[in-house]
Amino acid sequence: MSVFFALMRRELGAYFNSLTGYVVIAAVLLLSGFSLVDLIERIRQMPYDAPVTELFYQTTYFWLIVLLSAPVITMRSFAAEKATGTYEALMTTPVGDWQVVLAKYAGALAFYLLTWLPFVGVLFSLRQITGEAALFEPVIVAVTFLGIALVGSLFMALGCFASSLTRSDIIAAMVSFLFGIGLWMLGYRPEVSGVVPAWAVPALEHMSMTRHMEDFSRGLVVGRHVVFYVSATVLFLFLTHRVVQSRRWK
Amino acid sequence: MAQSTPMIEVENLTKQYPGRTAVDGISFQIGRGEVVGFLGPNGAGKSTTLRILSSFLPATSGTARVAGYDVFREPDEVRRRIGYMPENNPLHLDMRVREYLKFRARLKGLGWRRSRERVDAVLQQCGLTEVAGRIIGQLSKGYRQRVGLADALVHEPDLIILDEPTIGLDPHQIRSVRALVKELGRNHTVVLSTHILNEVEMTCSRVLILHRGRILASDRTEDLTQRMSLDGRVVAEVEAPAAQLLEAFRDLPEVERVELEPLDGNYLRLSLVPRHGADLRPLVFAEVRDHGWPLRELTRSRHSLEDIFIHMTRGKVRED
Repeated sequence: MSVFFALMRRELGAYFNSLTGYVVIAAVLLLSGFSLVDLIERIRQMPYDAPVTELFYQTTYFWLIVLLSAPVITMRSFAAEKATGTYEALMTTPVGDWQVVLAKYAGALAFYLLTWLPFVGVLFSLRQITGEAALFEPVIVAVTFLGIALVGSLFMALGCFASSLTRSDIIAAMVSFLFGIGLWMLGYRPEVSGVVPAWAVPALEHMSMTRHMEDFSRGLVVGRHVVFYVSATVLFLFLTHRVVQSRRWK
Repeated sequence: MAQSTPMIEVENLTKQYPGRTAVDGISFQIGRGEVVGFLGPNGAGKSTTLRILSSFLPATSGTARVAGYDVFREPDEVRRRIGYMPENNPLHLDMRVREYLKFRARLKGLGWRRSRERVDAVLQQCGLTEVAGRIIGQLSKGYRQRVGLADALVHEPDLIILDEPTIGLDPHQIRSVRALVKELGRNHTVVLSTHILNEVEMTCSRVLILHRGRILASDRTEDLTQRMSLDGRVVAEVEAPAAQLLEAFRDLPEVERVELEPLDGNYLRLSLVPRHGADLRPLVFAEVRDHGWPLRELTRSRHSLEDIFIHMTRGKVRED
């Protein structure tokens, strides 16, 4: 267990030893700030019943941030170590393949959650300004963050998998971005796309991340949403582990 | 594991990459406490062999055991016992020296307190104490190499494997790394690879010469040098009449063959091939002194591993 934490600490530390970590945090903050300002402006022109935070998670802004930040956060995890050769140094220590995969994933997920932490402050100050209590309802904030964490969990696992496939972090980022946006679009309003056959619509609706996030941002924890994210995360971590192991089959 | 088992046992080890055989059925043993050099040109299979020994790559066929443990079936046991420095010494350049070594010590299973003690010890041993707080990426290559060595040592492994430990260093740094390796050899089994023959001569007690995935020779470094320096030709530059010079050496029982070659002025290059490896230098000096001939050079050619290597690989190439 201590080996796992040593590895995870190293993964997390790597973001802050270079500029990458700070740039990603700044970018997420900037984008979420911009989008909130824009939303508030629109609501002022055309009032809604729902609180502004709920609307935020339903917009493409939120998804833009997640889809763009995830590949940047995970691209280095395996690819950079393979490129510099430190992967060989790592894999010749008595560390298990699962330990490496899980520590890299956990490091990425911890960093992803850190990037969203300042957003709690944004919510808090919005409530102070508007005086609307619903904006900072603790249960809703907690469930919303559970949703953010679950979405992140899936994208981090996906990103680690993409990174394990190559030695180039650029390729890793592109692959995980394509996979990520593909997965997201599969479930994005399948009924209106017109290309999806009718029988597939209900299945794809289960995968609709925008629907999931709607529920989470209302404070609803829906069992099958959680199962979807957990099982998809497990699937990608399993695939990553297979890729790491494949070194021993060649 | 009993002390009597060899440190490394390799039998019929083969590693094939698509379209290429990197290691071709090699077998060898390395005993505890030996310092062995893997010598060969680039692409001879040195790194591949070391990667298999450190259980990073699986072999295509054959077996390799480290301290009695199979590198494929018991990789964790093997990895616990080796300190491996991969080719080009990859390090996390964004970390500080002490932080990096501590991280590596933890990965290798050392507890919190133990890793602190060991990191302090290897910092001292490798002369890194004064740069312990610096970022690795800002250190000179010589210091980075020492960080790699310190990493290989930190968990007190039985076997230290170094892949090209002096590549890319300046002569001064090379000297200090070699001195370190030599010191390690006193208490550890060390296997290193290099294509610099001098390095093996200076640091290793035994040498394995690899060429195209096969072992060309495996011998004690001294024996190998000895074997090849029997020729021991002596060259002298003397100012003397050619006929007298030839006569003085031609019929000596120690001399096999005499050659003369005119040089600038009245100087001649006298070249003597001895019988049975005798050292002809005192004899030449005595003769020249007795005749009162001026002498400006007297040397005995000594075969370096370089010659041995070129000699052997040339034969091999012709065979192929």
